[in-house]
Amino acid sequence: MTLRRFEFVIEWALFLCALLSIGTTAGIIIVLAIETFAFLREVPIVDFLFGVEWTPLFATPRFGVLPLVAGTVLVSAIAMLVALPMGLLSAIYLSEYAPLTVRRVIKPVLEILAGVPTVVYGYFALLFVTPLLQRVIPGLAGFNALGPGIVMGIMILPLVSSLSEDAMQGVPRGLREGAYALGATRMQTSLSVVLPAAFSGITAAFILAASRAIGETMIVAIAAGQQPRLTANPLVPVETMTAYIVQVSLGDTPQGTLEYRTIFAVGMLLFLGTFGLNLVSAWLRERYREVYA
Amino acid sequence: MIHRIFPAAVVTLLTCGVYACGAGTSQPAEEDGEAAAALITVDGSSTVFPIAEAVAEEYGKAHPGVRTPTVGISGTGGGFQKFCRGETDISNASRPIRPAEIEACQKAGVEYIEVPIAYDGLAIVVNPKNTWASTITVDELKTLWSPDAQGKIMRWNQVRSAWPNREIRLFGAGVDSGTYDYFTEATVGKEGASRGDFTSSEDDNVIVQGVASDELALGFLPLAYVEANKEKLKIVPVDDGKGDNGAGPITPSSQTVRDGTYQPLSRPLFVYVSRKAADRPEIQQFVEMFLSRTDLTKEVGYIELTPQIYDLARKHFADRKTGTAFGEGGSQVGMTLEALLTKER
Repeated sequence: MTLRRFEFVIEWALFLCALLSIGTTAGIIIVLAIETFAFLREVPIVDFLFGVEWTPLFATPRFGVLPLVAGTVLVSAIAMLVALPMGLLSAIYLSEYAPLTVRRVIKPVLEILAGVPTVVYGYFALLFVTPLLQRVIPGLAGFNALGPGIVMGIMILPLVSSLSEDAMQGVPRGLREGAYALGATRMQTSLSVVLPAAFSGITAAFILAASRAIGETMIVAIAAGQQPRLTANPLVPVETMTAYIVQVSLGDTPQGTLEYRTIFAVGMLLFLGTFGLNLVSAWLRERYREVYA
Repeated sequence: MIHRIFPAAVVTLLTCGVYACGAGTSQPAEEDGEAAAALITVDGSSTVFPIAEAVAEEYGKAHPGVRTPTVGISGTGGGFQKFCRGETDISNASRPIRPAEIEACQKAGVEYIEVPIAYDGLAIVVNPKNTWASTITVDELKTLWSPDAQGKIMRWNQVRSAWPNREIRLFGAGVDSGTYDYFTEATVGKEGASRGDFTSSEDDNVIVQGVASDELALGFLPLAYVEANKEKLKIVPVDDGKGDNGAGPITPSSQTVRDGTYQPLSRPLFVYVSRKAADRPEIQQFVEMFLSRTDLTKEVGYIELTPQIYDLARKHFADRKTGTAFGEGGSQVGMTLEALLTKER
């Protein structure tokens, strides 16, 4: 009897723990929504989403978020250009080529990259990568999208390689053996059999990595600049959505003003972006999973 | 400069939230009589705030048992409003008192002693690799920074045709800072009016880093900050187009700011002390600290006055010489602070 009561308490305690994280998420969404709604009452949503000038703190405020979106997309795209090929290639190597002992060493080492604090990456981009790039690219600004983009690519590399490798490991051994039996080389097996079979998992990994890049804050706040600019030029200072939120939070913009609400509106947009990507990723994993029974 | 102010500002705001702020700072002085007479209330300019805050802290340390003076940030204008209502003992000001404020003080019967405490100077800086920008005029600064320039003035040769046809990248103080207000007023002509497409940061280090690492950059910074980063930045002498303060482009330095030749990006800072409060010994000690602890002034990024001016200020304060040296108010171009202070009035 007491045992059953004990069991009952445990169950509820566990349930409350689960509820706590859900409650936190709900609270964040509610705060974002309320402030965004208040913001959109003063700024038409069309002006916000499609305006090309972002100067909310100045004497003549403009609330077009596109320059911030452009900054975020630009830096994230550079990061993906670095992380995708390198991550995929290292995943293929780890899954298909590397002997077990090598894999046991390399994989944890790669994953250490994910554990480096992002503020360290930020200064790495600002004080090491950018000056290095400036030797090769004249006219590269001290704050730019390229340096932080590359460093961010390195940061999300383990995410891509680890998840992709897991997906490839999930491909049944029989498929590989079948390919070898037909006389395929290791390369042909990896690229024509294993890769397509693991496609959904790899895509999901890419999308997760992209959503991580979009939400990354510290690196861009430190190294990409603070000038909202609608451009695809990676050599000049830009400002991402996350960096803008940091900038306003650090300044002394009074609470409750329209200027202050901009950070919630931008935050909401950011949230919807990453949330959407995560949904797509989960859906892809379910929908296109090859089931080998 | 704001990043030095920021933590203190937060504390002020928080305290404001709890104690309902504003006039609350001056009420105890009247209610508690003797015991609270020691509390010195200071309010006014955010530019002067870092000095006042540093002096207040040192004063608190030097006089244990006495309550540390409270320093508010209402802006120069807001500070004078309270001061002329008799709510504060000392008002910080980043410009001389204006005629309307003089009148308000007169009406309320508040007499004041004007005490200059430091200079504030701004420098225009470019990257050391920049070979072309060796001078700049105030008109060119206006062209470059005015709100109309946004999206249009994007290349160096649009500012001066002899300069290269390359992109110009701008860096400056954040919109909330006194530095930004002052820069826009001195160049564009209207406080708070500027283009919006530049890297604006509340952290002066970001501006130093941005200009120091970009050949095509131009920015403005508090002079003391530039002097601390001399090898990373190149200072551009500024020509105000007027002859009476020294013709041609002038390089900002402690020297040219002090003798008034570097214009319009330099100005004296003041504290105005209520004549009534000036008889209290703790106020006398506090004001004396403003005049003698110039190490604090330098530490928070301003330029100290000459010893002669400090002596004059001390003498005026001792003589309880009330009123302003700036006559009808506003700045007096072409006259040094020393000449103004010694002038008969």
